[in-house]
Amino acid sequence: MIHKEIVIVGGGPAGLSAGIEAAKYGAEVLIIDENHLVGGQLFKQIHKFFGSREHKAGMRGFSIGRDLLEEINKSENIELWLNSEVIGINKEKELLVVPKDQGVVEIKAEKIILATGAIEKSIYFPGWDLPGVMGAGAAQTMMNVHRILPGKKVLMIGSGNVGVIISYQMIQGGAEVVGILEASSTLGGYGVHTAKVTRAGVPFYRPYTIKRAIGEDCVEGAEIVQIDSQWQPVEGTEVILEVDLICMATGFNPLTELAWMSGCQFTYIPELGGQVPTHNDRLETTVKGIYIAGDISGIEEASTAMEEGKLAGVHAAHSLGYLSKEKEKVERNKIWERLNDLRSGPMDIKRKNGKELMFLKYNEGCIND
Amino acid sequence: MNKTNLERLILLSRIDSHPILGELDINKEVTLMIDGEVCKAYEGDMIASAMYANGKRVFRYTKKFHKPRGLFCAIGKCTDCIMTVNGVPNIRTCITPVEDGMIIETQEGLGQWERSEGL
Ligand SMILES: Cc1cc2nc3c(=O)[nH]c(=O)nc-3n(C[C@H](O)[C@H](O)[C@H](O)COP(=O)(O)OP(=O)(O)OC[C@H]3O[C@@H](n4cnc5c(N)ncnc54)[C@H](O)[C@@H]3O)c2cc1C
Ligand code: FES
Repeated sequence: MIHKEIVIVGGGPAGLSAGIEAAKYGAEVLIIDENHLVGGQLFKQIHKFFGSREHKAGMRGFSIGRDLLEEINKSENIELWLNSEVIGINKEKELLVVPKDQGVVEIKAEKIILATGAIEKSIYFPGWDLPGVMGAGAAQTMMNVHRILPGKKVLMIGSGNVGVIISYQMIQGGAEVVGILEASSTLGGYGVHTAKVTRAGVPFYRPYTIKRAIGEDCVEGAEIVQIDSQWQPVEGTEVILEVDLICMATGFNPLTELAWMSGCQFTYIPELGGQVPTHNDRLETTVKGIYIAGDISGIEEASTAMEEGKLAGVHAAHSLGYLSKEKEKVERNKIWERLNDLRSGPMDIKRKNGKELMFLKYNEGCIND
Repeated sequence: MNKTNLERLILLSRIDSHPILGELDINKEVTLMIDGEVCKAYEGDMIASAMYANGKRVFRYTKKFHKPRGLFCAIGKCTDCIMTVNGVPNIRTCITPVEDGMIIETQEGLGQWERSEGL
């Protein structure tokens, strides 16, 4: 069995930032990612970020990704295993890893940071399993990372930020967005993004939902229908749209398999994306020495994922003795200031409350123990 | 599919120039065998992006109802896009890079192992 100080599972913005931070204080870090390159979802984010300058506002995801990579490569304390999937973990902080073409490797870690990200949620309707129905993020990945336009006439389901941002990116990629469906009577995205697609001539259908996807082997069309205040279809309002791609921008779930396997406790908080590993304000779970950061601790954005990564990284390094209690506190407060700042927008209040509820649950658990 | 049709599809799905990402950096071309057909892709492509670039959307058929499946999450998390690659079934094509000479097959049901020498 190989012995390591800090093992980070997932090399997205959260995992990379955690690694850079912990290594900065001298800890030895191993970052493992199953992809052939790190960056997680960052390299597909070609829109400009919000927030203050400190949060890299105005920068696009892929250039932030490049900066993080540069820092990783410069650091002598960071080791990177790519093409390696972590398939097992236990309370003793032992990990089972499958590097490509190399059998299985066992690692014993002092500290583990799980930064595995999220998966897109689906909604279910007849034909949802046809090729040509996919996550909006999947289409984004194909376009912005692999330079493939997965459809030419697109129906987007969901008018939140992801729905409108990716609709706009579909237009940039050369597709026609035939419509954006929204089941609620109000639109969900930030005004700037919504305005951009409106200016591009994309119609919003609301309150509408999808009735079925049409096609034999692939999507050839979609039937949509208006819904009433009870979310029931209104007969006679059906419209058939000719599309070859149906994208779902209907939310994310934290990717928590490894956390479940590690035996840590969970708390159900819908505002954070559902079942989330119970954690404190240092991002430590109920299994001592196992931390979480980024989307796995509650669905947010790349900017918050990076700050959370730093938070987990600082505390993991501190608990290994690399920085003093006082220094850890100073650093933690600085990060919290930035996090609070990032969570101060009108749309972020739910997530902020969700986080506060989570810390309360963690502390209750400690008292009961 | 006749050649001109295929070429048209390939032309339509590759994003050669992009307002933010710029011109496509063409890497080395590789040759793949997809269901017995010789196809081209670029080094750095995932198998899934090579499939789309060659106008193919159906990656496998389910075991029980023989329903078509294809790309769904594109980040290796849903296993909808699995195919048989060089005789090994259940390969997640959206996170597996192409290699020159790769043999890619539409997977039927759970697939079958046909491990050849050297794999
Ligand atoms: C498809 C998709 C598109 C998105 N687009 C946007 C967007 O445009 N704008 C935005 O603000 N937010 C977007 N998000 C939300 C996004 O998740 C966050 O912005 C941010 O990337 C979260 O960072 P993270 O580090 O927590 O996770 P991620 O960036 O998802 O990184 C997680 C990493 O962990 C790796 N991993 C997971 N499990 C394992 C394992 N078992 N073994 C080894 N490695 C593993 C993955 O390969 C991945 O590289 C998107 C999310 C998804 C899923
Ligand atoms: S599309 Fe989900 S694993 Fe490949």
